[in-house]
Amino acid sequence: MRAVRKRFAFLFRSTMGLVLVAIASIALVTAFFGMISGPMDELGVKAVFVRTFGLQLDPAQREGRIIILYHSIAMAVVAIEVYFITSRWPMKPDEQTRINSTITIGYLTSMVFGMWFAYFGHNYIFHGLFIAGQTLVFFAGILLTVALWPWRAEYRTADPDVSRTRGGLDLERVALFVMAVSTLGSVLFGAIPGSLFGNGFETFLAEDVIRQPEKDPLQLAIIGHLHIMLTLIAIALNLIVGRWFNFRGRLHKWAMPLLIVGTIIITMGVWAVVPFERIAHIIINVGALPVLLAALLLTVFVWRKITAARLAELQLAKPSLAQRARALLHDPLKFGAVWQMVYMNFVVTAIGIFMAIQLDKIIRHWPAREERVALTGHWHVLSGIIATIILLYYADQAGLKGRLRQWFGWIVIIASDLAFGAVAVLETRRLYVDELGQQPLVDTMMLLTDAGLASVLLLLGILMVWRLADLFKRKGRWQEEKAEVLP
Amino acid sequence: MKRNLLAVAACLLGACAAPALPATTPSIDTGVNPEAWVSIPAGTFFSGQHAEPALISHDYKMMATLVTNAQYARYLNDALAAGRVKLDGNRVVGYYAGDPFSGAKHEEVIAAGDWPHFTINAPGSRITWSAGAASIPIFAANPGFENHPVTLVTWFGARAYCEAQGGRLPTEAEWEKAARGTDTRAYPWGDTIERNAANFYDSRDPFEQASGKAGDTTPVGFYSGKTYSGYTTLDGQSPYGLHDMAGNAWQWMADVYEGQHYRYLRGGSRLDYGYNLRLWTRNNVNPEHAGLAIGFRCAR
Repeated sequence: MRAVRKRFAFLFRSTMGLVLVAIASIALVTAFFGMISGPMDELGVKAVFVRTFGLQLDPAQREGRIIILYHSIAMAVVAIEVYFITSRWPMKPDEQTRINSTITIGYLTSMVFGMWFAYFGHNYIFHGLFIAGQTLVFFAGILLTVALWPWRAEYRTADPDVSRTRGGLDLERVALFVMAVSTLGSVLFGAIPGSLFGNGFETFLAEDVIRQPEKDPLQLAIIGHLHIMLTLIAIALNLIVGRWFNFRGRLHKWAMPLLIVGTIIITMGVWAVVPFERIAHIIINVGALPVLLAALLLTVFVWRKITAARLAELQLAKPSLAQRARALLHDPLKFGAVWQMVYMNFVVTAIGIFMAIQLDKIIRHWPAREERVALTGHWHVLSGIIATIILLYYADQAGLKGRLRQWFGWIVIIASDLAFGAVAVLETRRLYVDELGQQPLVDTMMLLTDAGLASVLLLLGILMVWRLADLFKRKGRWQEEKAEVLP
Repeated sequence: MKRNLLAVAACLLGACAAPALPATTPSIDTGVNPEAWVSIPAGTFFSGQHAEPALISHDYKMMATLVTNAQYARYLNDALAAGRVKLDGNRVVGYYAGDPFSGAKHEEVIAAGDWPHFTINAPGSRITWSAGAASIPIFAANPGFENHPVTLVTWFGARAYCEAQGGRLPTEAEWEKAARGTDTRAYPWGDTIERNAANFYDSRDPFEQASGKAGDTTPVGFYSGKTYSGYTTLDGQSPYGLHDMAGNAWQWMADVYEGQHYRYLRGGSRLDYGYNLRLWTRNNVNPEHAGLAIGFRCAR
């Protein structure tokens, strides 16, 4: 009994334990519900799975199911970010405990009962618990925002190497605070119309109303909500990765103000989509620029740092270009976390900008269902990239070493990028191939996407099995993580 | 290593190559008459995903099947001979009186004038032509594809065809009632997607076995419970007896909505996943677009 209690203490009271539970929850949901995805349907697995587990897949409720699935996974991702924030930034221990416990109960309640409601028959008490869970996650967000309040005397900094005001206000903490406030507002921006649609169970996916010339304010709010939430999750991750690498110096001093200003402008732009739809996109694009620049500065800092560290390890004072490149690529987990951010610019940002610029000239001349494919791919890739960065970070923190670290890191990078690249080609296929030639391209890209994603999911599965096996060890890795005081 | 890279490059290049869609195919007699019309009575029905009650206050008729290649080829020959449409380069064009334009966001002008109906020898077309007297082409359906749905016809071409038959394109409401009947079903035959009831992506019909998961068009009325060379179909007819109301080819709708130049499509196609065949699913595109998986049927 004591052994079980110890493990529960690790899983639910330590940062790495909580992160592990959240990743494992996402992995379980992905593995279970992945069985009813397109490729599994084609393999005949879906039909057997639906029969075996008694899944209730009313065709009219498909959109509602998908929305609950997205929210269940998103809540767990938000929880992972919150765990990292509460452990990596100075905070009172009781605040950390309150925030972590509230969000843990919240996302787990939301996930378990939400998914049950969506896929195993409509028990409306479960729907209520799904909403209650999300409310707890929101409440944890309020607690986090209060805890992050950067104007407290104890959070002021005199460190000359970090971004701060003359009065010692820590601008990295301000960036976090702004992200947290923006998130709370943006949650309401989606929750209020969501409650209206949800209560009437007249759900819709944003991709399905793209060509509706007049969208009502609630539809606009939902579209804004999904965009800003993903953006804010990415911004939070940017800050977490910065903390991982102890981001500081000149680039940090530039990056933090850019991130703060960018976050505020983007958020305002998205909120403005309801009253001022015509200019909202311009505001959002203006805000996106400083955020992307801040990410670029982080990239430069990290790559320089990991290259320098490896060269110092090898004691190479005057390295050649090839030696520098080898040093940069030496640690795939560290290189990859930032590389994925760079890659995002090719497979998400560039395509998004292209689609926006060429919307009327090219994209709107495609059938709507093909524009829909492009949009769906666009945000799935962004979500996927965020997930891989978290995975690489977690693998690093979990102490993956040696060859295992190399194999894990490179497979995650190569396989996921192959999949994301294939999706990008799939999204834009009409640009390169006429309609008659599309199917072979679609088939090949789907194969590459499935192969890439399956490889990453397989690795995730192996990682989770390793961690599960570790829990059965008396002096496993979990013991070290439980005791570890993380930076 | 080099060999592996070459293999990957070859695979990717292969992906971009045009597939060999067959120009001819063995004829399949489905026993369904493409000239048949089905009567649909006035009355209420459930519309859309959330099954809102709706009313159609007039009786109407709709074609039992999608318009076939043979029917459209015959029409092109008649219409060209009668001067209702004309040739403009390799396109058959015809007059359209234009849409009202309200200057809404993304709206494009559909002005009065000649608009394309059909492109001669468009890649993937199953209607070919040969030179006739006075350089007027004679159109004919490719052997074996006579009773397959015609595709690559623009909204203008579909509309003109229906008018020539004394009819018109169906409205979205008319189409949905004809497909759904008076209950809330998701597919013409019921509430579950069935591989043998319609032609959609990876539905594993005999044409997919020949051309890959996207397959090809199936003859109109193919899914009526008959068995073809060992392949048994389910009865995919709608409650009123219309064929192919889900899958095979998207179907042009008549509606012109204020502030939009798009024309709407219903029914899903051979290129779409099963969920796109749900009866409330809408697609849209510019009216001059001609797609490999877009066909039509008429109402009157």
